[in-house]
Amino acid sequence: MIPELGMFALILGLLLAMAQAFFGLVGAWREDPAWMSVARPAVAGQFVFVATGFACLVHSFVVNDFSVLYVANNSNTELPLFYRVAAVWGAHEGSLLLWVTILAIWSLAVAAFSRGLPPRFASRVLGVLGLVSTGFLLFTLWTSNPFKRLIPAAADGASLNPILQDFALSIHPPMLYTGYVGFSVAFAFAVAAMLEGRLDQAWAKWTRPWTICAWIFQTIGITLGSWWAYYELGWGGWWFWDPVENASFMPWLIGTALIHSLSVTEKRGIFKSWTLLLAIFAFSLSLIGTFLVRSGVLVSVHSFATDPKRGLFILAGLLVTIGGSLGLYAWRAPKLYVPGGFELFSREFFILVNNVLLVSVAGLVLWGTLAPLFYELLGIGKISVGPPVFNLMFLVPMLPMMVFLAIGMHSAWRRGKLSVAAKPIWWLLAAGLVIALAVQRWIYGSVHLVSMVGLAFGIWIMFSSLLEPLQRWRKGQRMTAAVAGMAIAHFGVGMFAIGVSTVNTYKIEKDAAMKPGAVFSIAGYDFKFVSAHDVAGPNYEAVQALVTVTHDGKLVATLKPQKRHFAVQQTDNSHAAIAVNAGRDLFVAMGDPLGDGAWSMRIQYKPLVRYVWLGALVMAIGGAVAASDKRYRVKAPVTTAEAIAPPPKPDPAPGVA
Amino acid sequence: MTPRRKRMLVVFGILSGVAASVALAVVAGRQNISFYYDPTQVALGKEPPGKGFRLGGMVVKGSVSRKPGDLTVRFVLTDFAHQVPVTYTGVLPDLFREGQGIIAHGTMGPNGEFVADEVLAKHDEKYMPPEVAASLKNKHGVKPTT
Repeated sequence: MIPELGMFALILGLLLAMAQAFFGLVGAWREDPAWMSVARPAVAGQFVFVATGFACLVHSFVVNDFSVLYVANNSNTELPLFYRVAAVWGAHEGSLLLWVTILAIWSLAVAAFSRGLPPRFASRVLGVLGLVSTGFLLFTLWTSNPFKRLIPAAADGASLNPILQDFALSIHPPMLYTGYVGFSVAFAFAVAAMLEGRLDQAWAKWTRPWTICAWIFQTIGITLGSWWAYYELGWGGWWFWDPVENASFMPWLIGTALIHSLSVTEKRGIFKSWTLLLAIFAFSLSLIGTFLVRSGVLVSVHSFATDPKRGLFILAGLLVTIGGSLGLYAWRAPKLYVPGGFELFSREFFILVNNVLLVSVAGLVLWGTLAPLFYELLGIGKISVGPPVFNLMFLVPMLPMMVFLAIGMHSAWRRGKLSVAAKPIWWLLAAGLVIALAVQRWIYGSVHLVSMVGLAFGIWIMFSSLLEPLQRWRKGQRMTAAVAGMAIAHFGVGMFAIGVSTVNTYKIEKDAAMKPGAVFSIAGYDFKFVSAHDVAGPNYEAVQALVTVTHDGKLVATLKPQKRHFAVQQTDNSHAAIAVNAGRDLFVAMGDPLGDGAWSMRIQYKPLVRYVWLGALVMAIGGAVAASDKRYRVKAPVTTAEAIAPPPKPDPAPGVA
Repeated sequence: MTPRRKRMLVVFGILSGVAASVALAVVAGRQNISFYYDPTQVALGKEPPGKGFRLGGMVVKGSVSRKPGDLTVRFVLTDFAHQVPVTYTGVLPDLFREGQGIIAHGTMGPNGEFVADEVLAKHDEKYMPPEVAASLKNKHGVKPTT
C-alpha cells in the first residue's frame, strides 16, 4: 500500500510541477498576476508530494518491504538501519528520486526567498525550475520507477554493495546532488533573465548567493567522494579521473568560473553574456554527467545498471535543454551588451584570466572523458585515457592560474593597480620558493622542479590571501564577510596545492608478501605484520591483521586492516587501516592469503594527503562566509505598486575605455 | 597602444598558452592512451610490439596459481577462442576471481606471457567489462551474464 501511495504522490508532484512551469512561464508572458501567483503554491505542493514519495521509499527500506523490486535489489534484513536508509540512494532509481527531492527543496527555497524579486522575474525562475522538475519526474516515472513491485516478494534482499556501506559515501550523494541540482537554480535565473531580455547588476546580486550555495555543496560532495575512494577502495588513491568523477568535476570547474564571473557582473555590470553562458554550461555539464553515468556509454567503476531507454531519454532532455537555452542565448545575448572598459591587471582582467583557464581545464577534461567514445565511433580502436594525461591537462593551466590568483586577489576594480596590502607580494613569492626548496631538500630528501613550483605557489597563495585581512586588522578597518570569504577560500586553494604537490611526488606505494613476524620498511617506517585472526561484524566476517608501525624504534601506530567477506553478496572487501597525523598518512590494506600464513599487503606512505581534502573544505567554508555577506540579504518585498510600475532603466555601467 | 588593444593582446597570449598546453596534452595523450586487445588478437600477433596495452578476458577456472608466500600470481585469460597466460606481481583487486571478466594493463613478455602492471575488476560481482563482454559475444556466441 505504502509504495503505491509513494507512486501516486510522485504523479501528483509531476502534475504540480507542470502547473508550476505553465503558470510561472505563461503567467509571466501574459503579465497576469493571478496566473503568476499560482506558481508559488504549486512549488509548495510539488515539494509536499515529492517529499511524500521519497518518505514512502525510505519507509519501504526501513520495514524491509522486499515486495518492492528496488528494495529487494539493494537492501537486506542484516543491513544496519543507517545503511538501509542510505541504500535508498544506493542505486539508480532511488538516487534519481533523491535528485528530484533535492530539486523540490531548492525550488521551495527559491519560492520562499524570492519575494523580494520583481514578480515577473521570480515567476519565470519558478517556471523554469518547474520545467526541470517535470523533466526529471517524467524520467523517474517512465524509465526508473523505484516503486515497481516484485511478485512474489523476495524472502530477503540482495543487500547493498559492501563498498557503499560507509558513512562518508552515505552522505556523499545527497551533498553532490545538492550541488548539481543547485546549478539548476543559476540556470533558471539565467533563462529567466534571457526571457526578460534584461540583465542588470541586481540580477547578479540575486543569482550569486544561490550559485555559491550550490558550489559549496558540490565542493563538499566531491571531497567526501574522494576521501571515501581513498580509504574504502583499498588502493590508497584519492582521485582516479574516472568518468563519474570527471562528471562531477566539470560542473564544479564551470561553477567556480561562474561565481567569479558573477562578481564582475555584480560589481561592474559587464561580462553579462559570458556569465549567462557559464550558467548554461554548468547546468548542461551536470546533465551530461548524468547521461554519461546512467546510460552506460562510458565505463566507470561506479556506473549504475544501464538501460538504453534511459540513455535515450536523457539524451533527448540534453538536446532540448542545451539547444533551447543556447538558442535563447543567441537570440537575446546581443541585446545585453554594455560597453564597459577595464585596464590590464585590473580585477576584471584577473577574473577573466581565471575564467579562461578554468573553462580550458573543464574543456580538456571533457575531451579526455569523451575521447574513448570518439575513438570507438571512428573505428580506431578501444582506448582508455590514463591519469597521467589528465594530470597534465589539469596541471598546465593550473600553474599559471595560481600566479594570477596570488596577485589578482589584490587588484582593484577597473584600474590596473595593486592595493597597498600587496606591497610584499614579491617577497612572499621568494619566501614561498625558499620554503618549498628547503622542505623538499631537507624533509623529503630530493627536489622535483614541477612539484617544488606547485608547493611554492601554494605557500605563496596562502600568504597572499592573508595580506588583506592582516592589513585591515592592523589599521582597525572593518572586515567584511566578502573579504574574509575570499581570503579563506583562496587560503584553501593554497592548502590544496600544497597537499597535491607533495603527496603526488613523495608518496610511496608498495605491495608486499608478508608472513606473521615479517617487517617491511618504507620512508623510515617499519611495518611489522604481527598476527592475523578472525573477527565478526554486523553483516560480514573478516580476517583482521595486526600491524605495528615503528619509526626509529619507537611505536607510532598499531593498525588493524581487515579483509571482510560479505556472505549475502558473496563478495570480499578490503578495509584499509590508516594512521593519520599532520604530516603524513600511513596506509595498510590486506590483499589475499598467499598460502603458508602469508598475506599480500598494500603498504603506503602518503605525505600531506589530508591537505587535499582540508583545502577543499576550507574553500567551501570560504564560500559560505562570502555568501553570508550583508549585501545578499533579501530586501523588503516589492509592493504591488512597484511591481506594476515600469522597470527601472538598466544601470548605465560607466565605461573607461 | 590603446589599453583595450593591450588587454586583447594579453588575453590572446593566455589563450595561445592554453592552446599550446592542449597540444601538449594531446601529444602526451598519445603516449598514455592505451588500446584494448582480446586474446584472439594477441594470438594473431596484432598487439603493438613493446608497447603497453590492455588485455581483457575471462579468468580461466583453475588457472590461478602462485608459489606459496609469493606475491607473483599467474593466471590464464580467455575469450573462448584463444588463451593468453598472464603474470602479475602485486595485490589483486577484491573482486578478482576465477570465472570473472577482468582487464589487465601491461606488455607482452618475451615468452608469450602477458606481464601485467595493473589488474582491474569492477566492484560488482555481476559486472563484465563491456569490451570483454563484446569479445566474448563475438566468439562462440556466449552470452555474458550482465
